[in-house]
Amino acid sequence: MLQVSIYRYNPEQDAEPSMQDFQVDTGGKDLMVLDVLELIKGQQDTTVTYRRSCREGVCGSDGVNINGKNGLACITPLSECVKGNKLVIRPLPGLPVIRDLVVDMSLFYAQYEKVQPYLQNDTPAPAIERYQSPEDREKLDGLYECILCACCSTSCPSFWWNPDRFIGPAGLLQSYRFLADSRDTATEERLARLDDPFSVFRCHGIQNCVNVCPKGLNPTRAIGHIRGMLLKRAA
Amino acid sequence: MVTAVTSLSRSGLSDWLVQRVTAVILLAFFGFIGFKLAGGVSYAEWSALFAQSWMKVFALLAALSLAAHAWIGMWGVFTDYLTERLMGGKGNVLRIGLQLLTSLSLVIYVIWAVQIIWR
Ligand code: SF4
Ligand code: SF4
Ligand code: FES
Repeated sequence: MLQVSIYRYNPEQDAEPSMQDFQVDTGGKDLMVLDVLELIKGQQDTTVTYRRSCREGVCGSDGVNINGKNGLACITPLSECVKGNKLVIRPLPGLPVIRDLVVDMSLFYAQYEKVQPYLQNDTPAPAIERYQSPEDREKLDGLYECILCACCSTSCPSFWWNPDRFIGPAGLLQSYRFLADSRDTATEERLARLDDPFSVFRCHGIQNCVNVCPKGLNPTRAIGHIRGMLLKRAA
Repeated sequence: MVTAVTSLSRSGLSDWLVQRVTAVILLAFFGFIGFKLAGGVSYAEWSALFAQSWMKVFALLAALSLAAHAWIGMWGVFTDYLTERLMGGKGNVLRIGLQLLTSLSLVIYVIWAVQIIWR
């Protein structure tokens, strides 16, 4: 029997959060963490609350803290995270808890919104589409794949302390995605908005973000590129 | 709220650059001092070294670098941990108080260093 401990908190009823223990029969299979949650919700306690949708690592809705490391429950196999037959599941750290494993992502989305994550081009629109060379298109690899699961930003200490001022790894990765896009003409305005001491420069290169990204992306590298662009712009 | 008003240059890029340049200067200075000390020095040699203009300039540069480096570093630490978000209203009071204390001590240290070096 797998020993599972889940963070429980219902702000309307509970004075404070607590951990609830469950025993789950995995049938000897290497289940995903999400399967374990479903088993508990289906068979033991229907009030256990979490987000999930695609159950295949695409939608980014089931980011949780699994045995101390952020990840997507649906694509994290027990063999990768369970130690000593124990599985501890908590909500993503640093964001307000709405209930159990569900966190309020408003702060995270507000930072995403700040980087204006859409293509801006002030030249006349062409008849069909804006072309991009294969080489320029390649520059977006490792950037466009982000599913906004927030695993990275909520593992970043700088984001914990200043989630209202520091854009965080997820937002900055998207910021660079548009800075690097050959079809975007708002580069100067984008950079001008990033020059304050918080937005970009709160990153101290701790690399927690790289360590947890379920898509294998590297926000630290993207942040380095932004810093390079800011330097070039100032020189 | 935490704002950038009290940061050294108010620009993240300049603060970041200053932090790096001063780090190199400090490394060079303390590396040099360490190297000299490791060789063993007498009082006469030591005061002769500091009597030369280039050494005075070097030492003054190091003192100023230390002040700038410390300010940027402490500003970062204070605005991370001593905030309204983490500790309510008293975070602001504590942060501003410690910032004042830090700047005051840094100014005193720099003046003191100038006095010692240029005596
Ligand atoms: S960069 Fe990775 S961890 Fe961060 S939000 Fe995107 S997919 Fe999630
Ligand atoms: S590298 Fe930067 S963004 Fe990533 S976790 Fe560290 S401080 Fe945060
Ligand atoms: S449920 Fe969609 S990413 Fe896990």
